[in-house]
Amino acid sequence: MEPISAILHALPWDQILIQTLNGIVTGMILALVASGLTLIFGIMDVVNFAHGELFMLGAYIGVVVMATSGSFWLALVLSTLVVAIIGAALQITTLRPLLGRDPLTTILATFGISLVLQNYALWQFGPVARKIQEPITGRFSLFYLEYPWYRIVIAVLSGAIIGGFWLFLKYGTYGIWIRATTQDRVMAQAMGIPVPWVHTAVFAIGAGMAAASGVLFGPLVGVNHAMGIDWVLRAFIVVVVGGMGNLGGSIAASIFISLLEAYASIWVDPAQAVIVSFVVLILTLLFRPTGLFVPTPK
Amino acid sequence: MSKRSSYIYWTGFCVIVALLIVEPFVLPEFWRRFVTEILIWGLLAMSSDILIGYTGMVSFGHSAFFGLGMYGAAAALLSVAPPNLWLAILYGLIGAAAVALFVAYFSTRLRDIYFAITTLIFSQIFYVIIFTWTEVTGGENGLTFSRPALAIPGLFSLPFTTSTLHWFVLAVVTASYLILRRITQSPFGMVLQSIRENEARTRAIGYAVERYKIVAVMLSGLFAGLAGVLYAIQNRFAAPDFVYFLVSGEAVIFNVMGGIGTLVGPIVGAAFYLLLREGFSRFFTEFYLIPVGIIFIAMIIFMPQGLLGFMRRWLNQ
Amino acid sequence: MTGADASSTLVEVEDIHTYYGKSHVLHGVSLWVGRGEVVGLLGRNGVGKSTTLKTIMGLVRPSQGRVRFEGGPITGIPAHRLARIGIAYVPEDRRIFRLLTVMENLRTGLDRRGVSEARKHELTDKVFAYFPVLAERRGQPGGTLSGGEQQMLAIARAMMLEPKIILLDEPTEGLMPRMVSQIRDIIEVLHREGVAILLVEQNVPLTLQASQRIYIMEKGSVRHHCAASELRVDDTVIHQYLGV
Repeated sequence: MEPISAILHALPWDQILIQTLNGIVTGMILALVASGLTLIFGIMDVVNFAHGELFMLGAYIGVVVMATSGSFWLALVLSTLVVAIIGAALQITTLRPLLGRDPLTTILATFGISLVLQNYALWQFGPVARKIQEPITGRFSLFYLEYPWYRIVIAVLSGAIIGGFWLFLKYGTYGIWIRATTQDRVMAQAMGIPVPWVHTAVFAIGAGMAAASGVLFGPLVGVNHAMGIDWVLRAFIVVVVGGMGNLGGSIAASIFISLLEAYASIWVDPAQAVIVSFVVLILTLLFRPTGLFVPTPK
Repeated sequence: MSKRSSYIYWTGFCVIVALLIVEPFVLPEFWRRFVTEILIWGLLAMSSDILIGYTGMVSFGHSAFFGLGMYGAAAALLSVAPPNLWLAILYGLIGAAAVALFVAYFSTRLRDIYFAITTLIFSQIFYVIIFTWTEVTGGENGLTFSRPALAIPGLFSLPFTTSTLHWFVLAVVTASYLILRRITQSPFGMVLQSIRENEARTRAIGYAVERYKIVAVMLSGLFAGLAGVLYAIQNRFAAPDFVYFLVSGEAVIFNVMGGIGTLVGPIVGAAFYLLLREGFSRFFTEFYLIPVGIIFIAMIIFMPQGLLGFMRRWLNQ
Repeated sequence: MTGADASSTLVEVEDIHTYYGKSHVLHGVSLWVGRGEVVGLLGRNGVGKSTTLKTIMGLVRPSQGRVRFEGGPITGIPAHRLARIGIAYVPEDRRIFRLLTVMENLRTGLDRRGVSEARKHELTDKVFAYFPVLAERRGQPGGTLSGGEQQMLAIARAMMLEPKIILLDEPTEGLMPRMVSQIRDIIEVLHREGVAILLVEQNVPLTLQASQRIYIMEKGSVRHHCAASELRVDDTVIHQYLGV
């Protein structure tokens, strides 16, 4: 009994509590980003390297809209719409011509897009980070600690967006089109579903989700041109660990990984905490390559 | 190759090498270093081509091989005095080989996209380690050291000038090219290409695909590491930036622009990219990647065979 | 047999050549289907019958030749547009959407522009009347249905498009005799409603019974073409080409 209670006393409970919340919050945003990525991969076998840059672009557009209008919520909505349209345009111009070719080409093309977008942002906005004001300030008391309200809002909103999207997939008119196209592209076409447009729409939706994440996450850190890179790497890890094309798995994996990283950062430098995610990825690839949260390996 | 095209090929080869030997006498200092850099990046691109072009395994991990070659050389040059060229090469190759073994293990168990993403993650792992382990690697600032002399202990010692270094690099890269060419045209190379075409069938025929893949990764890693050593020697510093996955991305860009699976193509691609970068930097300063990136994307769509493939078709008309 | 009469021809295939990679699968196939006709396409495995259907449906692009629908050219038009103008496709091995429910499978065909809610109900009621099994299982995922039920669903789904012609690829393959006669019945019903059918089948008796005309293919082209009635009387040609 002695050693156990000694360990329990030594653990920094207040930090663990805070990091649990942090982990969930970050996990929900990561889930939102990863959902878009896994959706795009599931339906058209495209590994969207530029996803992090769509996130970053969303954050920047949020900055601009807030600077002119002062409204965070307007920034959120407009940014999502604008980036969705940009996403659709990108898909039509650069990805449609590559349909049917070696999947390697789409990875390269989206990689090229990410380079262009990153440098474009650097060019337009400069290297200094911008700030987005959080719409809800103030903290609430959790036991004897204080935790910012806004972070809870992020988690709830992210969950709402993902939930809303899931409902749309299940019950919405075009949700069936998307699900059918994901399952059997050829027969979906034979049933009159305009598959090329479904692909564009899904890419746009994924882009919009990434943008929304960017705006939501903006107030927590500075908005700068390189912010997308970390997210896209983590999102890839999540997609692999959660199971390619598996929406529920991505969400579970996002929270799982974010929690692990958050806990790790209690003891190590946050920059190094990211190694935890890498380790999870490697272990998953070694032992359960179809995904940690996939119920039965196919 | 037919007798005639073989003759044309070797003539062309000799002409180009001759030009490269002479060039330090002709070009100004800046361009001399520029050509040397093209050769080094060309070596990196060739090593990447072994995996991407010949074996069909897309890898974003070359920055890890390159970076560790660089840091390995740095370790040798900093820890042993006087700085020894051959030791630097040895340490660099060992460093790169260690990483290559790690990657090779995974290459046999993962396919396609999973492998590509994993190699990307590996580059980042090494980046994070090098970036944060400041005591050993100098962290963000990297390591600086002096250039070793071209020396055989006991016989002679010649400090490198820009020109002599260039010839040394040229010798190493040309030798590497010839070695790699010999390998890709050997039965081993044929099996690699067969794996790229149809892995299942190659395995069904009876080849131990796993072993071939491991050797391919090791080969690729060693030459990429060698490029890293050369780079360290030329520039006298090692920095974490070179371990960042962007370097791998650039290697892949060289391959695509030049033409994958041709060995020469990637060198051409590297030259093309560096020239574009140089040119656009004049107008766009550090944002050269915007037009270069757009050109890259356009080339993927319209010139998937790369510059070499394009020229080949153009010549055949 | 005389050639196609322009006004009553629904689908016409003229001298198409199709390749799968380097493999020359169709060597100049020509055939036609008139309005409301049931036309059978017979031949051994691998002669290119399915490829012909896929070419008509725009799922495979011919390297040469033309496909016409109601007189107008449709070669190269993507499948989703053809489904909207009246061509439906029921592939070999059914290929229903396994993770969608029966009702959702039907909706992939129903959710089109210009179809009122009332009409949608009419169509689903009609199809549930023909296939009561589907009505029972309307909320179940397609993957849980038996082989025969999946075939019903595949045909029902095609009917939701209100097509002028249905391309049926081996509908009775792997089905029990009871189901086979159900298929024969539904073909008859469709025929009565004026829907044309291009029927690819291995089941020769069923094809002869249901069709007005027969084409026989071998090694990528049409070798024989006649009225089904002729073959019902004298089937030597069938033995010659199908070895049955």
